[in-house]
Amino acid sequence: MDDPVRRMAFSRRALLLGAGMAGTGALLAGRMAWLAVFEGETYQLRAQANRIQDRLIPPRRGWIVDRQGKPIAMNRPDYRLELRPAEVEDLDTTLVAIRAVLDIDLAEDARIRDDVRTQPSFMPVVVRQNLSWREFSACNVRLATLPGVTPVQSFSRFYPEADHFAHLVGYVGAPTPEQYREQKNPLLIYPGFRIGKDGIERFADKQLRGLAGSSRVEMTARGELVRELGTNADTPGDTLRLTIDRDLQDYAARRLGDNSASVIVMDCITGDVLCMVSMPAYDPNIFSRRVPARLWNALQKDDHTPLLNKSAMGLYPPGSTFKMVTTLAALEAGVDPGDTVGCSGAYRLGNNTWHCHARRGHGGVNMHRALPLSCDTYFYVMGRKVGIDAIATMARRLGLGQEYPLPLPGQAKGIVPDKAWKQRRYGKDWREGETLNGAIGQGYIVTNPLQLAVMTARLASGREVMPRLIAPDDANAPAPQFPSLGIPDAHLALVRQGMVDVVNAGYGTARAARSPIGDVLFAGKTGTAQVRRISAAERKRGVIRNEALPWKQRDHALFVAFAPADAPRYACSVIIEHGIAGGRYAAPIARDVLSFLFEPERALAVLPPIEAEAARLRALRQQNEAAASIASETRAMMPSWLKLDIKPPLFEIADADAPQPPREPE
Amino acid sequence: MDLLNGPWRRELARLPWGMVLIICAIAGFGLVVLYSAAGGSLNPWALKQGVRFAILLMGALALALVPPERWLGWAWPIYITLLVALVGVELAGAVRGGSQRWLDIGIMQFQPSEMMKLAIVLVLARYYQYVPKGYESRPDVLIPALALIAMPVGLVMLQPDLGTALSILFGGVVVLFLAGVRLWLFGTAAAAVAAMLPVAWSMLHDYQRKRVLIFLDPESDPRGAGYHITQSKIAIGSGGLSGKGFLNGTQSHLDYLPELHTDFAFATMAEEWGLMGGMFVIILYGLVLAWGIRTAVSARSQFQRLLSLGLTATLFFYLAINMMMVMGLAPVVGIPLPLISWGGSAMMTVMILLGVVMGIARANKRGS
Repeated sequence: MDDPVRRMAFSRRALLLGAGMAGTGALLAGRMAWLAVFEGETYQLRAQANRIQDRLIPPRRGWIVDRQGKPIAMNRPDYRLELRPAEVEDLDTTLVAIRAVLDIDLAEDARIRDDVRTQPSFMPVVVRQNLSWREFSACNVRLATLPGVTPVQSFSRFYPEADHFAHLVGYVGAPTPEQYREQKNPLLIYPGFRIGKDGIERFADKQLRGLAGSSRVEMTARGELVRELGTNADTPGDTLRLTIDRDLQDYAARRLGDNSASVIVMDCITGDVLCMVSMPAYDPNIFSRRVPARLWNALQKDDHTPLLNKSAMGLYPPGSTFKMVTTLAALEAGVDPGDTVGCSGAYRLGNNTWHCHARRGHGGVNMHRALPLSCDTYFYVMGRKVGIDAIATMARRLGLGQEYPLPLPGQAKGIVPDKAWKQRRYGKDWREGETLNGAIGQGYIVTNPLQLAVMTARLASGREVMPRLIAPDDANAPAPQFPSLGIPDAHLALVRQGMVDVVNAGYGTARAARSPIGDVLFAGKTGTAQVRRISAAERKRGVIRNEALPWKQRDHALFVAFAPADAPRYACSVIIEHGIAGGRYAAPIARDVLSFLFEPERALAVLPPIEAEAARLRALRQQNEAAASIASETRAMMPSWLKLDIKPPLFEIADADAPQPPREPE
Repeated sequence: MDLLNGPWRRELARLPWGMVLIICAIAGFGLVVLYSAAGGSLNPWALKQGVRFAILLMGALALALVPPERWLGWAWPIYITLLVALVGVELAGAVRGGSQRWLDIGIMQFQPSEMMKLAIVLVLARYYQYVPKGYESRPDVLIPALALIAMPVGLVMLQPDLGTALSILFGGVVVLFLAGVRLWLFGTAAAAVAAMLPVAWSMLHDYQRKRVLIFLDPESDPRGAGYHITQSKIAIGSGGLSGKGFLNGTQSHLDYLPELHTDFAFATMAEEWGLMGGMFVIILYGLVLAWGIRTAVSARSQFQRLLSLGLTATLFFYLAINMMMVMGLAPVVGIPLPLISWGGSAMMTVMILLGVVMGIARANKRGS
């Protein structure tokens, strides 16, 4: 039944099929040989690229220390859990898995989802920071294979003195998404990596950052670590030594109590800034983690402006602390110090009357008595005599109206007005009344506390002292030699003696600032700067006492000082916003801060009642108390890369030539 | 039954024991690969697969004792039963929603499309057994034959299971080819298929289209669907001439290679055993295929010839598509490598296939 013809036909077809199979087999063998032998090296490299990863080791940030090496900003180990939205497969299941290990409440859950939704997906989102070692180990064991979830052991910045250094040192935060997009540096999105956001942290970021290291590790496709193949250690950032004296800064911050104020202490010879406090401030430890939105709002609304570095960015009329400038300008113009001006308490110009703070007048006042008495009338006369341009020139020589090369963002330049300036700014001619106001530090003129400290240091040393915040690398380096101001010693001596009398003469305005230390005399000058316009109607009724006014309308209290009076070493400026009167309120603070430099124990003894009172006042100002409770909140958070970016406030000048109203005595 | 009364010793001796040895060698190597794929452990795959192979080998030897002419009588009942089962799968799927490929018949899951790969060869061999020489290409003969192919292929496409449908189609067409259908008809059909490609493209599911596109350019989606092919090529290529050594594969052990124990078992093997391991598998299978062709050529009836070579070609289709896929020459279609990949139903199909072919070899052994 088997047909041989059919059999033959089948065999032919079978042969064809067999040939096809053999051909395919040859093709497969050839292809495999091509992959494995000819391209084998390429694929070996790719297999290696698959399994071997270079992992970044973020550098440890350099410390910031004070002039004696005491830490101001340091690093603390921080265990945290982060997730990278770009790598997470399903957020819901991921969060469920995390919840099995960490106790995440609803608010935290909402915050995480919020972050995932609002942040660019390459930015890591913190699930929880400050994990205990137990929690961290649990995360490592049970969550390490979850895609996109990384337990991170990093260092977080720690500021042992918290808010006392906030404005000076700043804080650190996550880099912004824009920074990463521009630089494409993988370090910038490394979980837990922080860069300087404000103050010195921001200015010296390059120096503090260091160099990242790397480690080669073998990884599975799911990101599990198999083993480490070798490491290339990181280079930690440099330690940055400041000229600041940590103890002094601390003391000044505590001494300020609840005031909205700034204290600066400088070394008159080297220019070292020993203390630069602006209070109240924020806690940079919170800012370096994550700022709860409610705390942020509270800080922004606070009328004591805790976000503003008043020392460098605050602008205030210098008031009577400016009178040294007018004195020196008058001396340079050839005024005889013995010339007497009669002060009746009022000075007439045209139809208007400028008042002296002494309502009944000082009688006959010469230059020697003018500063201790702070007689406005004397300076009205001198101002008119030398003119505003001479005063402005002297002010600039003493360092006002300029920015210093300091690592501080947003220094305010202030205004030192003269005729050309007014023409430029307003297109108007200078008016005589404006000169009267300018001569006593009111009107257009505004300065920041740092400039006042530099001015005082220059008066005290006679040299063009420049402030510095970063200590030289070599601790024994010779002090910088500043050129002379070019002001005759006799002129400076007269001004310095005037300032000594302000504090030490029986008729001085700052007897409260008298040195408690036996052999050291302090010298200084008070200032009380008006912040509100006093209407004609008010003037008629008689001026309301400053204490009776709402806080915002009270005068600023200023005091500049140097010590010791006979061989000036330290210069100091104190400004208390709405502090009522320089002599009564600012001067004692300067006294205590300066005496701390000579006898710390004695200065510390005055603190307890001040701190008790400050605590009471703070409690009264509900906002701060609320701030403390919301600092630990986890609900709504500001982005981790939050930057302050506060601009110096615009200063609004009321009537620069308005006559000086009668005032309370200084 | 004559099987029970038959001369046992003689029939057993006539079994192609050399081929059984080669099959055991392939399967044994497969177990070694699965052992390594599990990270150097018998569990979860190697041990179970070994037991399964042992049982199925017994089954295949038992099948080999069935006289080939028995299959002639069972061809139609088997084919029709499977066709009905395929419709049943469709209906069950329609009721439950979603695609369904197997029927739950109580003790085990039964996948009719898998068996259909063999049944299509069986029924066409039966069909052409009684077609006289010269009539193979006549429309009244060819059209019923094409219908026999089209029905299961259509049903399986509906599931949708492109890989199995192509496999059934291939088995059917090979039998037509071997039966002597004129060559120009195949040429015309190929041209027609080429012309129909755009239509077929529009009928494909999105994920199937994506697979084809990614096959054409795997690097276009290295993290997504192209990942399989890319990683598989890396595994094979990085193995080099002699491989990274047993248990030393990085692509497989560090999970870069997906489906390392099923569809991509060849890549897992090639990474550790290199080109030599690959050649070992290809040559052993070449021997099996050559034996299948020889069995067919020396068989005594057209039915046996068509059945044995059709089944051999089906086995070849499995091998070729799987290896082409892992080497980046074919799209990812989800066809396992016979006897090496982990999986019960695929192994059962292959062992039945080998059992039937061995039966034909036994029946035609010379010198009987």
